[in-house]
Amino acid sequence: MRRLEEVLKSGKFAVTAECGPPKGADPEAILKKAELLKDKVDAINVTDNQTAIVRMSSMAACALLKQNGFDPVLQMVVRDRNRIALQSDVLGAAALGIENILCLSGDHQSFGNQPQAVGVFDLDSIQFVQVVREMRDNEVILGGDALSKPPKVFIGAAANPFGDPLGFRVVRLAKKVAAGADFIQTQCIYNLERFKKWMEMARERNLTEKVYILGGVTPLKSAKMAKYMKYKVAGMDIPDAVLARLEGVPSKKQAEEGIKMCVETIQGLKEIPGVSGVHIMAIEWEAKVAEIVERAGLGPRPTKGK
Amino acid sequence: MITATQKPIDEIKETISPYKRVLVLGCASCVAECAAGGEKETGILASTLRMAAKMEGKEVTIREKTLDRQCVKDFVVQMDDIIDEYDAVLSLGCGAGVQAVAEIFPELPIIPALNTEFLGETRDQGFWVESCVGCGDCMLYYFGGICPLARCSKQLLNGPCGGSKDGRCEVDPEVPCAWQLIIERLERFNAMDRLEKIFPPKDWSKKQGQGPRKIIREDQQR
Repeated sequence: MRRLEEVLKSGKFAVTAECGPPKGADPEAILKKAELLKDKVDAINVTDNQTAIVRMSSMAACALLKQNGFDPVLQMVVRDRNRIALQSDVLGAAALGIENILCLSGDHQSFGNQPQAVGVFDLDSIQFVQVVREMRDNEVILGGDALSKPPKVFIGAAANPFGDPLGFRVVRLAKKVAAGADFIQTQCIYNLERFKKWMEMARERNLTEKVYILGGVTPLKSAKMAKYMKYKVAGMDIPDAVLARLEGVPSKKQAEEGIKMCVETIQGLKEIPGVSGVHIMAIEWEAKVAEIVERAGLGPRPTKGK
Repeated sequence: MITATQKPIDEIKETISPYKRVLVLGCASCVAECAAGGEKETGILASTLRMAAKMEGKEVTIREKTLDRQCVKDFVVQMDDIIDEYDAVLSLGCGAGVQAVAEIFPELPIIPALNTEFLGETRDQGFWVESCVGCGDCMLYYFGGICPLARCSKQLLNGPCGGSKDGRCEVDPEVPCAWQLIIERLERFNAMDRLEKIFPPKDWSKKQGQGPRKIIREDQQR
């Protein structure tokens, strides 16, 4: 069984982390980042041209990780590929041994370094989840043609409990679950109260019984970073109190405070019914993941097959 | 209607520069409504070009005419009698107008003076906004009269992405989130249940299947 799925099914609190591929063709860059996460997490997400900036393909980076004994989660956005390319890449990923796929819309192309690119969006993320599920479970592609061998992947989707309108956020989660998502990784949580409200709505619709929800966290390195994320990054909800807490400590100690806050959030998440794990997105700060995992009481990770 | 904006004057001057006798041709339909290619704009552009030619000491004939519709053959053929007087037509029609005129007068270069923009509506004086992509399979009923293909930056059919905040789109805070608008309207009609189902992938063959799309109605043919 797939390792992430195995951990989640066993009822243990899962830990995933994220690696951004390099802006170049160097395989060492991604392997070096992954090495920092070795045995600290159950699976490693590899982002797909995040913020619409051109990087090494997520599929290639995942293949490198797989060859080196890691369990990658292939992030795939619908921004850059139509349904032909998406389905083809799902088959290719499975053939390369990639066992987890996270289906996403993707940051809009206007944010990145190719703002003149066409945004494909032939499928949306929910339709994409459904397509992958059909491929895996019913062994067919869109339109009904049969596959010679289905891609046996664990299907993930994202959720942003902090986007508006709040009432519809859970409807969207329900649609992702109905489409076939096995697990959900959420947007970074800084506003735990709002997240709790969203989880409560999810439980009311029995969604937590049908899908594993991993709460997303990103340690803040500084008050400056917090400010940037609060005001400049789409879909982010950083309450004033979070910013104030970081600003309240001298700049040299802000990174440590950020880690502390991240650990506290994870401890908070562990207490929320229906939360199955945490997804740590330490942006260009992979070196700190091990420490966060330890301090949050999540180490050591269960080994494969146990 | 089809909206358009005028090309930069330098680009227009460059493209008509090889020709001595130019007809500046307006269109009194959509592009008149969006103040880009109607009789008034055609007159102003022709005058501007005449003045520029004079200042540059060029001997050219630039005249103007505005058709009711450049995209309809019955109107275009009205130029049969005068077209021989020109080496080129500078069209202030939309892309369809330019091509319709070129189809009827294949010997003549028909040069566009406008950039055709989108299918949209006049929201206010001097303000036009895109509202339709002409997909060939209207879904407005399901979305409370707001088209997510035209108005959501990611063309999402199953609800807002994570970037919707305070009713605004992540792409630009000036842009209203189409999905916020859809949800507000469906709540008003007590029809939120329409959004519970998963909308399947769009059939784009109705928009870009095999070459240019055609509508053939035998009942309208004579």
